[in-house]
Amino acid sequence: MPDMNSLAHPQQHQFNPYTENGGTILAIAGEDFTVIAGDTRQSEGYSIQTRYAPKVFRLTDKAVLAVNGFAADGNMFVKKVRQRLEWYRHAHAKDMPLRAIARLIQTMLYARRFFPFYVYNILGGIEEDGSGAVYSFDPVGSYEREACRAAGAAQSLVQPFLDNQIYFKNQTPAQDTSHPVHLPLHSVLALVIDSFTGATERHIEVGDGLEMYVVLARGNPALQSLQDLPGAEEVTGTQAEERVFVIRRDLKKD
Amino acid sequence: MDHFPTNWGRPRNDLSDAYGTFPLAQRPYNGGKDMFAEGVKHTQQPIVTGTSVLAIKYKDGIMMAADNLASYGSLARFKSIQRLHPVGKYTVIGAGGDMSDFQYIQSILDDTIIEEFAASDGHTLGPVEIHEYLSQIMYARRSKIDPLWNSLIVGGVKDGKRFLAYVDLLGTTYSASTIATGYGAFIAQPLLRKAVEGNENTLTEDAAMAILEESMRVLYYRDARSLDKYQLAKITADGITVSESRHLQTSWSFAEGIRGYGAQTQ
Amino acid sequence: MATSSVYTPAGFNFSNQIRNTFLQERGVPLPKATSTGTTIVGCLFKDGVVLGADTRATEGDIVADKNCEKIHYITDSIRCCGAGTAADTEFTTALISSNMELHGLSTGRKPQVVTAMTMLKQMLFRYQGHVGAALVLGGVDATGPQLFTIHPHGSTDKLPYVTMGSGSLAAMAVFESGWQPNMTRDDALNLVKAAVAAGIFNDLGSGSNIDACIITATHTEMLRNVETPNERVQKERRYVFRRGTTAWKTESVRKLIVNEETTIIGGDAMDTS
Repeated sequence: MPDMNSLAHPQQHQFNPYTENGGTILAIAGEDFTVIAGDTRQSEGYSIQTRYAPKVFRLTDKAVLAVNGFAADGNMFVKKVRQRLEWYRHAHAKDMPLRAIARLIQTMLYARRFFPFYVYNILGGIEEDGSGAVYSFDPVGSYEREACRAAGAAQSLVQPFLDNQIYFKNQTPAQDTSHPVHLPLHSVLALVIDSFTGATERHIEVGDGLEMYVVLARGNPALQSLQDLPGAEEVTGTQAEERVFVIRRDLKKD
Repeated sequence: MDHFPTNWGRPRNDLSDAYGTFPLAQRPYNGGKDMFAEGVKHTQQPIVTGTSVLAIKYKDGIMMAADNLASYGSLARFKSIQRLHPVGKYTVIGAGGDMSDFQYIQSILDDTIIEEFAASDGHTLGPVEIHEYLSQIMYARRSKIDPLWNSLIVGGVKDGKRFLAYVDLLGTTYSASTIATGYGAFIAQPLLRKAVEGNENTLTEDAAMAILEESMRVLYYRDARSLDKYQLAKITADGITVSESRHLQTSWSFAEGIRGYGAQTQ
Repeated sequence: MATSSVYTPAGFNFSNQIRNTFLQERGVPLPKATSTGTTIVGCLFKDGVVLGADTRATEGDIVADKNCEKIHYITDSIRCCGAGTAADTEFTTALISSNMELHGLSTGRKPQVVTAMTMLKQMLFRYQGHVGAALVLGGVDATGPQLFTIHPHGSTDKLPYVTMGSGSLAAMAVFESGWQPNMTRDDALNLVKAAVAAGIFNDLGSGSNIDACIITATHTEMLRNVETPNERVQKERRYVFRRGTTAWKTESVRKLIVNEETTIIGGDAMDTS
């Protein structure tokens, strides 16, 4: 239904420069890979605008950015980050390192402290030391490096699941054993898919499609299995050591 | 969710009628309070407005429909306004919302096309470029809190590629095989999706025309700011055609058997 | 008794209204009601009426129930779809259902659909919209098939095809393009299914399965989950937890067998003094 509240008061129609376009994003860092994922539904109110609007973007061959919140701000923000990365490439003849992109994003977000980009950012990729990394941001630039993070409409559904399955929160290990520090790629992909099918079941704004980006560090042994995975498409841009893949899945459309 | 940053972290209002179950006139305003509301410039509101625009992809390209009405509030003020506008040789834009803002957009785009033509550099603007340019204009104006009060659909065919996308007063963009603005998003979009999704490459011109006409008819039945006079635009590899105004055939005979709204029988 | 000296009017108690408004202005949220952000529809056909509903119930953005029932029983040949506040639709229809049964017993006739409609609209009007029930009422009686919508403030509509809820526009579009007078039972059922499906796939407030109910003069057929287009997909992993996963701070094991020692004092002769 249309926004009846505003229709009932047309005489004091005040312009609101923000809206919320739904959806959820999520990233998990492994030892030598990172998975960054998002659903592809874009909605406003109770309407689906499109069943396919990407929220996850490859920035370089070792950095992928997921944006969620107000779609117009998100797209503009990605555009501006990409422009800054291109300038960096022209100045230094190399791609900006992941931790530098993270700091860049912080300053770009805080620059708009009093008219914020209404966007929750999650940056994932491979650090210079070859480790998988996830950086999560709030709309005005506060950030930290984490092993996993969910954001967006179904954050409150997905993050507790991740805390339990990735960080093993509230799980006591068996006698004389310990939980693994890093999970293998196939387990992480399974957890990501399950997170999104679960969120689709219980959150009305999540669904339609799932896009998962996988960034592999140089010499990752999982490379072959990803190349053989049906539906996985390589989107590596240059002859870099890191490899980027995207895997697409359908989600329920109701 | 509440989008005023000043309201973030505060308890949300659960009285709002998200399902629209109250009649319009009596509905109380239960939205959030914006602490800076007094300080914000009340930029504008739409004055003379157009309603829905519909567009779909089909086998040969893009087809778009919009009626000929420009309303002045609830007054059906102008009944032969064209809301589909060709831009260059490959693109048509359709507009809902404020008509004066739309005419301003038309003039910007027409100037741009002339400028590009004068450059005679061998490049021409296609629907992709027009949409990108329009999005930047719309987003820049919303960022100045001085928006162009429109929902726009950009459709076209260039270099054998179909393109169909949306942009509105907030700078929100998206692309899909069926797009509808205004009330069309609630009423026509379900019909368009059912007919088009998955059939983008097989849908014939006649079928595309039929589904758009049917959707325009349903909109005329249910959108009180619509008209039974509309135009169709067709963009294919052969170019752009915007039709003459067409009249919708409607049937109201079902009403003859109805007596009253409740217990009445006579 | 002190209570009998205090007058309590019948019906809802509004005495907390002023306090709640005050608290709300101070930013204290009111408890949230489960709402059936819904697609409900009804359609007349040759021999009767078909009602349809989706099965999603929401609490804001969250799906509260994936397979709830929105077609409520009024009498054997009258049913009512409810949208709006779930509790209000359930209690309102249950109350009117009881009153219709009593009405049928006191008049000795099969009650009419207009009777239910009038009871519902009078009740909803009395509560000035505070009972948030938006209803589609359909049934067959001595006067033939009847179909009404009832809005939360008590207004009613009588039309050959109706929709309600957040998916009402999507569903109405399907009716407007597909409804014809004097349809067959199968055509009407298919149209109702298409209308509810339009709501399910295009309106975020509606989802999951389709319920339908076909009412004719002789028979009422409730088709629960007549379509299930949104089955849950298989999870990639199995989430079972090893025994002993949950940590504990203290452990105390209590024996459930109670041992009682009985000492018999004196003999077991009956006291006859």
